[in-house]
Amino acid sequence: MDTSLILVLLLSPFIGFLFNVFLGKKAGKTIVGIVGTLSVFISFAVTLSFFLQITQTKQAITVDLFEWISTQHFKVNFGFLLDQLSILWLLFVTGIGSLIHLYSISYMHDDEKMHSFFAYLNLFIFFMITLVIGSNLLMMFIGWEGVGLCSYLLIGFWYKNQDFNDAAKKAFIMNRIGDLGFLIGIFILGSMFTTIDFTSLKTAISSASDTNDLWMAIAALCLFIGACGKSAQIPLYTWLPDAMAGPTPVSALIHAATMVTAGIFMITRMSFLFDMVPSVQNIIAIIGAVTSLVAATIALTQTDIKKVLAYSTVSQLGLMFLALGFGAYEVAVFHVITHAFFKACLFLGSGSVIHGLHGEQDMRKMGGLKKAMPITFITMLIASLAISGVFPLAGFWSKDEILMTAFHHNIALWVIGSIASIMTAFYMFRLMYLTFFNEFRGTEEQKHHLHESPSLITIPLIVLAILSFIGGIISLPGNSWLNDYLAPLFSKVTQEEHSFGTTEYTLMAIATIGALAGIGLAYKKYLKENTIPSEDENITGLTKVLYNKYYVDEVYDAVFVKPINVLSNFFRDSVETTLSALVFGLGKATFQLASFGRRFHHGSVGFYLSMFTLGICALLTYLYYCNNF
Amino acid sequence: MDVTTLLIILFVGAFATYFSGDKWAPKVALLISLAAFAGTICLLSQYNSGQEISYFKIWISKPAVFISFYADGLTLAMLLLTTALIPIIIYSSFGNNYKNAKAFYALILFMTFAMTGTFLATDGLLYYVFWELSLIPIYFIALIWGNGDAEKRKKAVVKFFIYTLAGSLFMLIAFVYLYQKANSFLIGDLVKANLSSTEQFWIFLAFFLAYAIKIPLIPFHTWQAKVYQKAPTVGTMLLSGIMLKMGLYSVIRWQLPIAPLAAKEFMSLFIGLGLVGVIYGSIVALRQKDLKKLLAYSSLAHVGLIAAGCYTLTLDGLRGAVLQMIAHGFVVVGLFLVAEIIYRRYETRTISEMGGIRSQSPKLTSMFMLLVLASVALPSTFNFVGEFTVLYSLSQINIWFALLGGTTIILGAYYMLKMFQHVMLGETNVKIFNDVTFNEGLSLVLIIAVLFFFGLYPKPIMDLISPSLENIITLINRIN
Repeated sequence: MDTSLILVLLLSPFIGFLFNVFLGKKAGKTIVGIVGTLSVFISFAVTLSFFLQITQTKQAITVDLFEWISTQHFKVNFGFLLDQLSILWLLFVTGIGSLIHLYSISYMHDDEKMHSFFAYLNLFIFFMITLVIGSNLLMMFIGWEGVGLCSYLLIGFWYKNQDFNDAAKKAFIMNRIGDLGFLIGIFILGSMFTTIDFTSLKTAISSASDTNDLWMAIAALCLFIGACGKSAQIPLYTWLPDAMAGPTPVSALIHAATMVTAGIFMITRMSFLFDMVPSVQNIIAIIGAVTSLVAATIALTQTDIKKVLAYSTVSQLGLMFLALGFGAYEVAVFHVITHAFFKACLFLGSGSVIHGLHGEQDMRKMGGLKKAMPITFITMLIASLAISGVFPLAGFWSKDEILMTAFHHNIALWVIGSIASIMTAFYMFRLMYLTFFNEFRGTEEQKHHLHESPSLITIPLIVLAILSFIGGIISLPGNSWLNDYLAPLFSKVTQEEHSFGTTEYTLMAIATIGALAGIGLAYKKYLKENTIPSEDENITGLTKVLYNKYYVDEVYDAVFVKPINVLSNFFRDSVETTLSALVFGLGKATFQLASFGRRFHHGSVGFYLSMFTLGICALLTYLYYCNNF
Repeated sequence: MDVTTLLIILFVGAFATYFSGDKWAPKVALLISLAAFAGTICLLSQYNSGQEISYFKIWISKPAVFISFYADGLTLAMLLLTTALIPIIIYSSFGNNYKNAKAFYALILFMTFAMTGTFLATDGLLYYVFWELSLIPIYFIALIWGNGDAEKRKKAVVKFFIYTLAGSLFMLIAFVYLYQKANSFLIGDLVKANLSSTEQFWIFLAFFLAYAIKIPLIPFHTWQAKVYQKAPTVGTMLLSGIMLKMGLYSVIRWQLPIAPLAAKEFMSLFIGLGLVGVIYGSIVALRQKDLKKLLAYSSLAHVGLIAAGCYTLTLDGLRGAVLQMIAHGFVVVGLFLVAEIIYRRYETRTISEMGGIRSQSPKLTSMFMLLVLASVALPSTFNFVGEFTVLYSLSQINIWFALLGGTTIILGAYYMLKMFQHVMLGETNVKIFNDVTFNEGLSLVLIIAVLFFFGLYPKPIMDLISPSLENIITLINRIN
């Protein structure tokens, strides 16, 4: 029963994919949209039934289909594991997935390749489910690379534009750097513990007190490198902002709500390993905090509405890693979920705006859209308040828990996280004021056509806005449903160490004041003073550095991409020809040796005879000496 | 039925094809190749049910030379690769009209005969004869039916011929020396010959020269790119899909069991050589202007990894290597077919003259993409299973080896996606591009189906090759 339900859950989007690939073009856009959305919704419904089941039984479900790969030390089954964590993840992957499919019906309706779009989106959901329910590291890796592939296909969806193709390629390759780390991590764990199955690994690692800590740390670090690639952390984050080249629903689904949180999922899944290696946990916390700050500073100056949201995503993911670094897995998961709600809402809202302005993404050419697009405005406002951490919206609770955890472990990281959060409030309201307030700055033609988006676009927005508003109730301080639900998974309960008291209220107050200060600053600068960000050529000083993202792309280009291409040219033009010439040289040398030898074969019998005699003499002499001595 | 039946089908088939005339030759050749495939399947089922399929008979009494054909799981895997690919290669060539088709297709079958013989022979001299015999048909195929300037082509092909022939001569010397020691060419006797470690070193080196040139391993690869470029696509497929596997197979079958001490002593060196090939090949591939040359260098990178896997002398290394040999055989034939499909329409192999094909040919794009994904070893493709196993075996020798070999994951994605982008994507090309024909489509679909089926369920192949490779590992670890 469970097996067939799992197969329905997994294969429903895959069938949607096949349908859209093979029949999509003939079936027409309406059918494509319905089939695509329905196939994900079926998965959602199945997930719901699993969810209800597990809240009662509290028993994880494992299913092994067949043996896939085997090595001398471990066997890998094609198997699935549905426990509290994977079901929770499935809930929001398929739930938000369904909403975004619904949204895409309208958003992509005018695109001639709508069937491909839905096919890729379905395929993405299929791989994401594989990633989440895989019962071992290698099954997770199938999904892991599969979602990377879909990300590649969707970033480069408008393939006629080579810049978009470059962005797609960059995303895939940067992810693969992380994937190599992931694989090496699997190798180490596999040979150390002779299994890479989550359940058996957990038993093995938890009971192994005398294992070689160094190798466990290296394995954990390798896995974290994988997570850095997928979840866009320093130093592998630069692909995510470029990934905004894809259609906006893709940015919402893949590059904000689901795929990029895979790194957090993986580390949470492997919590038993990371708990054993505090040194790696420290690295994770530091990288998370620094990423959140660096990305937030870049977001302050961006003028492309999607780029602001992209850097915001990187920054929020950094906060989640900060929590992971302290072993506060439930806290990170909580923020993953609330972030999925409000960031998906923000991206879809920005999509609605872009749709309304016929493709315009530059906030300098927006403004005053509040009246024309009231639903988009209100839903985005709620989501912005949520991400800024304003009481009592979802983001307030989750972000607060992260900062509180940080405060109890490391004041410096708490300060960094708090600054990043204040900046978040500022740049989000900068975005809101520039987009929705004051006068419209676009063309007359655009102004004429301003309108609210159709209901297929606004309904998902409304649902997500509601979730962004009330999402916090799943984990309120002191009475957290989420912590109880996830409790069977983790060895340590992180919450118990600090009871809720004065410190916590003070921290909440500080966070709230910070958020309000950020909003206030944005209000003053962009609403009161009506500042419009300068044109590209007029940007100077620190702003220019931030606007150009600290020139990290340029540095990577100069340090990695250029040298490898120069090396390639050098190999092709010099080394290859030299090697080839050497071989030819060898051939020529043989030839010359032969012509040298030919000189002795000139047909003079006298010469042959004398050589013959000399030879005989030499031989006889040799034999004589050999026999005597 | 025993393995000689297969050889007879191919040998007689080659002549039958020749005498059937230009018009019928392609069809007859296809039929015979399919018969060979069916024969291999029969042999496989006989082998699985425990029946004897090997053949053993004295050929020359002094020196003692035997007609000894022996098939275990490893051999059968190679036969499956060969006989499954040949029908696809022949069928896919129906889109071209070759002059003097009867000779062309007869040569293909004759080459298949020679390669099959190489995989089967367990008498050193017989093996050597087949090994060299396989060179002759490909020499003519590349020389006569190749493309580009005739003079340049001749230069490249003759170089290839002499180069590989010269390398093989060292192998012959090794066999002659071994005969002195063992009074036999049979592999079973050669393995038992008591060779000192110095002797093993020289034998190992002699074999290595022959194999390194054939596979080819860096720095013995200089013949490869030009010949791949100049040969007709069928020739390139034969070379890259099957013939280079003869070299890798021989490493496992002959070199390692006969000279294990040398293999152990210089293990790191030879693994290192393979890995240098991985990185070097990938980097050179990055900026190739010619599509076929790019694929040639990618092949260099892949076989470098396979060779590194062989030289780990572990069961995982050998298993991964064999899996990867099969997977690479299929994917590389598919990729060269795509190059040919593009050539049939645009008459160019220069990447910069392509681009903007995707919007005109969704079917080709999808299939090409799938092949690219298999080539970069996306999990769920057969290539991933092989690459994973090889990299794992490398990590067991030294984690740095796995890291170096693993760069293929990153660099492979880099050059393949870059190539795909410039060949297929971008603004619609002004030149019209017709989507794949039925013939082309079916060939590609078959290849892709194999790659994904065994990517998800490699167990049948694993079970087939594991016992034979375990035997070889036992031979390698024997105490002299």
